[in-house]
Amino acid sequence: MEIAWSQFTPWHALAGGALIGLAASLLLLVNGRIAGISGILGNLLHHEGREPWRWAFVAGLLLAPLLLWPLVPALQPAALVAPTFSWPDLLRLLAGGFLIGYGTRMANGCTSGHGVCGLARLSPRSLVAVLSFMTAGFLTVAVWRSLTGGLPL
Amino acid sequence: MRSILSSLAAGLLFGAGLIVSGMVNPVKVLGFLDLTGAWDPSLALVMAGAIALSWIGVQLAGRRARACGLDDSPKRRIDRPLIVGSVLFGLGWGLTGLCPGPVVAATGSLYWPAAVVLVAMLVGLRLGRTQ
Repeated sequence: MEIAWSQFTPWHALAGGALIGLAASLLLLVNGRIAGISGILGNLLHHEGREPWRWAFVAGLLLAPLLLWPLVPALQPAALVAPTFSWPDLLRLLAGGFLIGYGTRMANGCTSGHGVCGLARLSPRSLVAVLSFMTAGFLTVAVWRSLTGGLPL
Repeated sequence: MRSILSSLAAGLLFGAGLIVSGMVNPVKVLGFLDLTGAWDPSLALVMAGAIALSWIGVQLAGRRARACGLDDSPKRRIDRPLIVGSVLFGLGWGLTGLCPGPVVAATGSLYWPAAVVLVAMLVGLRLGRTQ
């Protein structure tokens, strides 16, 4: 394995991670809720879960880049450049998106709920979830690279 | 009202963290998942920073969190849906370089692939079954 030192952005990573942890702590301390994005979105899609705090959280997540718009180029560690449209990419994104939604609903959590909040609570279930999705992610990218020679972008 | 404002603030902070860390950008996430190519360890430090600050929140919440019934998940069993669901999620994560939080924040960044993933992800979340 070779480390891409030129791409490695440790200070952005730690600062951004701290903000994410701060957000999770705020939601836990004031609302008594876990900042699990798949759970929040999944509950909004089912009648019994449509509580105002969930809409507010998703609105904040969606609006953050718009509110920070002029600052985003200075804040982010790498420019976010959208690829040009192609049909194979569209199929890959649709399939990937469905798997993300279906899988996180089945596992009751994703990178935020299991990865951040669950590990912070030292939950064995969350550790198993994180090891499972990380392994699957590593293997998917390795297989993609061996088949195409590049990344799924 | 207080719970709505704090929730909105938490969403904004969370989104800002995803932007600052670079996690809205599939290039950064796939760089981490790309063990057989040139590996970018940034995501590991994002997780470390986020877990450290959340851990403080968990300690502060203490008894109050337990009173809200938040300690149910560590007591639950490690079962098949947890592992199968997580593997399916990891497959989608590897195919797109996006997970649920970044899907929403990158859609707000007007990054079109994230909007496509968001639509399909919502379908998956609607059809999927929790345990």
